[in-house]
Amino acid sequence: MRRFAWLPVAVLLALVLASAIATVWARHESRVEFGALTTLRHQRDQLNVEFGRLELEQATWAEPSRVETVARGKLGMIDPPADAIGMIRP
Amino acid sequence: MTPHPRQPRGPSIRMRLYAVALLLGLASFGLAVRAVDLQVVRRGFLQEQGQARFLRTVPIPVSRGSIFDRNGEPLAVSTPVESIWANPGVLLQHAERLPQLARALGIDAAELAASLRKRASRSFVYLQRQLAPAAAAEIMALDIPGVNEKREYKRYYPSGAVAAHVLGFTNIDDKGQAGLELAFDAALSGKPGAQRVIRDRRGRVVENVDMVEQPQPSRDLTLSIDRRIQYLAWRDLEHTVQEHGAASGSLVVMDVRSGEILAMVDQPGYNPNNINASEPGQRRNRAVTDVMEPGSVMKPFTIATALESGKWTPTTPVDTRPGTLRLDGHVIHDTRNHGLLDVTSVLTKSSNVGASKISLTLSASHMYDVLRRFGFGATSGSGFPGESAGVLPPPNTWSELRKATISYGYGVSVTALQLARAYAAIGNGGVLHTPTFIKGGGDAGVAVIDPQIADELVRMLETVVSPEGTALKAAIANYSVAGKTGTSHIASGGGYSNRYVSVFVGLAPGNDPRLVTVAVVKDPTRGSYYGGLVAAPLFAHVTAGALRLLDVPPDNVQHWYVGAPDNGMPIDAGGDAPDYAPDNDNYKEGAMP
Repeated sequence: MRRFAWLPVAVLLALVLASAIATVWARHESRVEFGALTTLRHQRDQLNVEFGRLELEQATWAEPSRVETVARGKLGMIDPPADAIGMIRP
Repeated sequence: MTPHPRQPRGPSIRMRLYAVALLLGLASFGLAVRAVDLQVVRRGFLQEQGQARFLRTVPIPVSRGSIFDRNGEPLAVSTPVESIWANPGVLLQHAERLPQLARALGIDAAELAASLRKRASRSFVYLQRQLAPAAAAEIMALDIPGVNEKREYKRYYPSGAVAAHVLGFTNIDDKGQAGLELAFDAALSGKPGAQRVIRDRRGRVVENVDMVEQPQPSRDLTLSIDRRIQYLAWRDLEHTVQEHGAASGSLVVMDVRSGEILAMVDQPGYNPNNINASEPGQRRNRAVTDVMEPGSVMKPFTIATALESGKWTPTTPVDTRPGTLRLDGHVIHDTRNHGLLDVTSVLTKSSNVGASKISLTLSASHMYDVLRRFGFGATSGSGFPGESAGVLPPPNTWSELRKATISYGYGVSVTALQLARAYAAIGNGGVLHTPTFIKGGGDAGVAVIDPQIADELVRMLETVVSPEGTALKAAIANYSVAGKTGTSHIASGGGYSNRYVSVFVGLAPGNDPRLVTVAVVKDPTRGSYYGGLVAAPLFAHVTAGALRLLDVPPDNVQHWYVGAPDNGMPIDAGGDAPDYAPDNDNYKEGAMP
């Protein structure tokens, strides 16, 4: 019986060692994941920025004054005079 | 003690042992003291120092929210730009790189060096602010010691001058300075947070330790403004102001049923993307901040008081002969002798004498009360910064003469927004809403006048836009219009000048008003100055466009389409309102003080 007296101690020692390594591993893993998260956040911000820029660009192209210039100048469109408008009875 | 053959000289072995033990003891003691000192006594300081080497508190930036119109079109968007800054101390140690830097920045090298030397004691100096990211990247690529970049946000207004007065603008730090940017600054800017992180040797964040301050995300703002109507209003107001050589102008379009402002424009304008090129006077939102004596557009409120008093009905006769009225030694004029009118045609013809005679039968406190109920003499509650309350003197100061002049719109001052709000109440069955710039932000409204009186007023105001009335040019094809013209002298230096304010306020469609439009043109110097000829056509153009854009069904169709399916032919109909005949001068109105 006394021959295996060291066993519990050894097991506990091994467990402590394993948990220590696991802690280190988890810590490392968390840092890696955090790095990935940071990258993704950065990407999200970049995409938001680009979206804002595209929104601005779209708004600039669709600006009513520009639409009017194109419609009247390039496409030769006109406001129909009142006497050319007929109402369809509902 | 047995003698030893080879006993060494000097201290005995025991003594040496003691000495070694003592030294070891001292050393251990020293270590223990040191350990206690480090671990216990100086722990706080050391920990701080250690953490200072890798723990960093970094701000979590929050970019300013965007502003959209009621259909989701962007009106103001912040996009990131880079600002280049330098640490002069570090940079001046590498003075040989200065010419290269100056070239990249596009400034004179000697000047740059001089300005850096002047600020050598500081550690932060802006070299150039708000560069496009690509341009900033080029400068950073030079890799000059002491030169850094910092991200900032710049506001862009894709609509430019068209919505400038309503939106206002921000300063270089993206903080609201005027207009809605200022009114809603707190919601738009949010609050930047801060977090503590661990950084590695290369400055990368490796671990998020804790949140020092939760960031408050900025909110986007959806306005009640419709960009398309805003543009129409802007274009037509600019045209009218130029055509008539006017000093300034304002135009407000409001939803009668909710109090939502659909368009608000002013002249002169400015470009909000380049604030520095404009004068403060150009940036004022005159529709809200500037007051005017409104003139005849106040007559409907006199008539409302008269109807409410029970002494008058729309058909009660009013004798305006001979076109003048002497009161307290002062003479009130009409543009001509309108003869025998009734209450309705006092509005149709815009008779000052008629309005004065009606007011003489009413009590000052009643007239004051009705004007107050319609929102005059108080800010509208729109929340717009710098909004004016106008001037409405208390009734105990009203003489008979003042009561008469107030009945046709002199001696009180109002803003264009107040007029829009009050007329909207007339068109909304007597329910007054607080104007709002936010989509869906309208309140429940307060009933300020009997719905029947409101309806009678609309019917009476419809006669103004007819061949007999003062505002034939306010007519809109296929829609009926109820409105009132106003032509008032601008007060100056204690008297009245020969300069005018030309006003038209109209409701459309007349049968069931949806929109109220206020057109104000100040000091027109070319052509006419009458409200019926300057402001009324402006009203008609803008409102016609707005009704079409909002899909409001027409209520006064001139010509029903009954054509065969083979049709492609122009339809002939007498849609347009006839112009004034050469001998017709109905549009003439206004006081002759």
